Amino acid sequence: MAEMNTDDGGGGKKKHGKKRAKKSSTRIDMTPMVDLGFLLLTFFILTTTFNKPQAMQLTMPKKDENIPLEDQSKVPADHTMNVLLTKDNTVYWYFGMADPTKGALPALNKATYGPNGLRKVLIAENNKRHRAYDEIEKLKNDVATGKMPKDSLGKKKGDFFSDKTRKTSILVVLLKPDKDAKYKNIVDALDEMAICNIGTYALLEANDVENQMIANAQTYQ
Amino acid sequence: MPKNSPSIDMTPMVDLAFLLVTFFMLISQFRAEEAAVIDIPSSVSDLKIPEKDLLMILVDKQDRVFFNLTGKEERVKVLEKIGEKYKVVFSDDQKKEFSNMASFGVPVNQLPAYLNAGSTDRKKLAEQSKGIPIDSLNCEICDWIYFSRKTAPKFRVAIKGDQVTSYPVVRKVMNYLQDDNIGKVNKFNLITNMETGPSN
Repeated sequence: MAEMNTDDGGGGKKKHGKKRAKKSSTRIDMTPMVDLGFLLLTFFILTTTFNKPQAMQLTMPKKDENIPLEDQSKVPADHTMNVLLTKDNTVYWYFGMADPTKGALPALNKATYGPNGLRKVLIAENNKRHRAYDEIEKLKNDVATGKMPKDSLGKKKGDFFSDKTRKTSILVVLLKPDKDAKYKNIVDALDEMAICNIGTYALLEANDVENQMIANAQTYQ
Repeated sequence: MPKNSPSIDMTPMVDLAFLLVTFFMLISQFRAEEAAVIDIPSSVSDLKIPEKDLLMILVDKQDRVFFNLTGKEERVKVLEKIGEKYKVVFSDDQKKEFSNMASFGVPVNQLPAYLNAGSTDRKKLAEQSKGIPIDSLNCEICDWIYFSRKTAPKFRVAIKGDQVTSYPVVRKVMNYLQDDNIGKVNKFNLITNMETGPSN
């Protein structure tokens, strides 16, 4: 390509005289160019960011202290799973409500994040109530196989959870990080909500009773 | 060069190299250097975060809070309002510098020095800084949020936290964001890395 032969055709070899000098002078040494090329290549490869970060949407309930107590959404205790997030990537969970004035405190169950910990429990509990996990998984499958457009997944999910027969008996998960929880734990827990198809969940804070329960569990384990 | 030298024809290689150079030049975007190194957690969420119109609050490993806002004009406007409130006068050069940089995490009274500093000095200042104050008594982040929300109410709000950031700090910032008198935001975007599926 870089070799430019000004001689006419292939008959060059038979000619005499300055042929040799001409040939060597038109050949360019491309090594520096290659060096530069690869230098730039390396630079651009290293500075490029391919994967842009994703975002996880989190909608918090509007803060309004003026709502009277009767109007605040109440959740039946036996469908409420409290997940306490604490240090060392550990979670404790219990059902119902921890109120020392109403009998003994519920026992805490310990779990870890990941497929064999919290996820197993959440899927099992979600399936106990209207087989919610399996039903939503079916919808997700329909989207994956192209049977259903992706846009309608959100609505179908909403319809499933707000159906009159299910609305009051569906699993509700309350995530309650304590003061030792790390940001990663919250993201992981919210992630589990998405993976386990939990329809209703809220991000709250551990109260004093729960903090005490965590402390007790950590001492006696 | 001897005539039958064992030199290789490098032309195809050069072609390829420059093709790749062109490719990377065209697709790469340079990002302004962030003041904080943040190792973000991963999630299965596949929602793309917009690059424009974003109000971002960063919390790093040491629980220091940083602030970032996209849009040069908006940044200058917010800076002017902050200057008014804290009685700090910013020069035009400082305003320009502020509009060009990425996130920052210094209190307002250190901001002029931070803007004047060169890149190495700035790094040092950023390392020494304790982040933007989030104490309820001296809540500078509240003012940044408040003025940003006033200037650019349509901007999305994103939170970028490190994996080991302690949650109460993030919660505090979220409380300010939610507060009716400060941010009035109830929808957050938590910035995460892509995770390929339900696995751990």
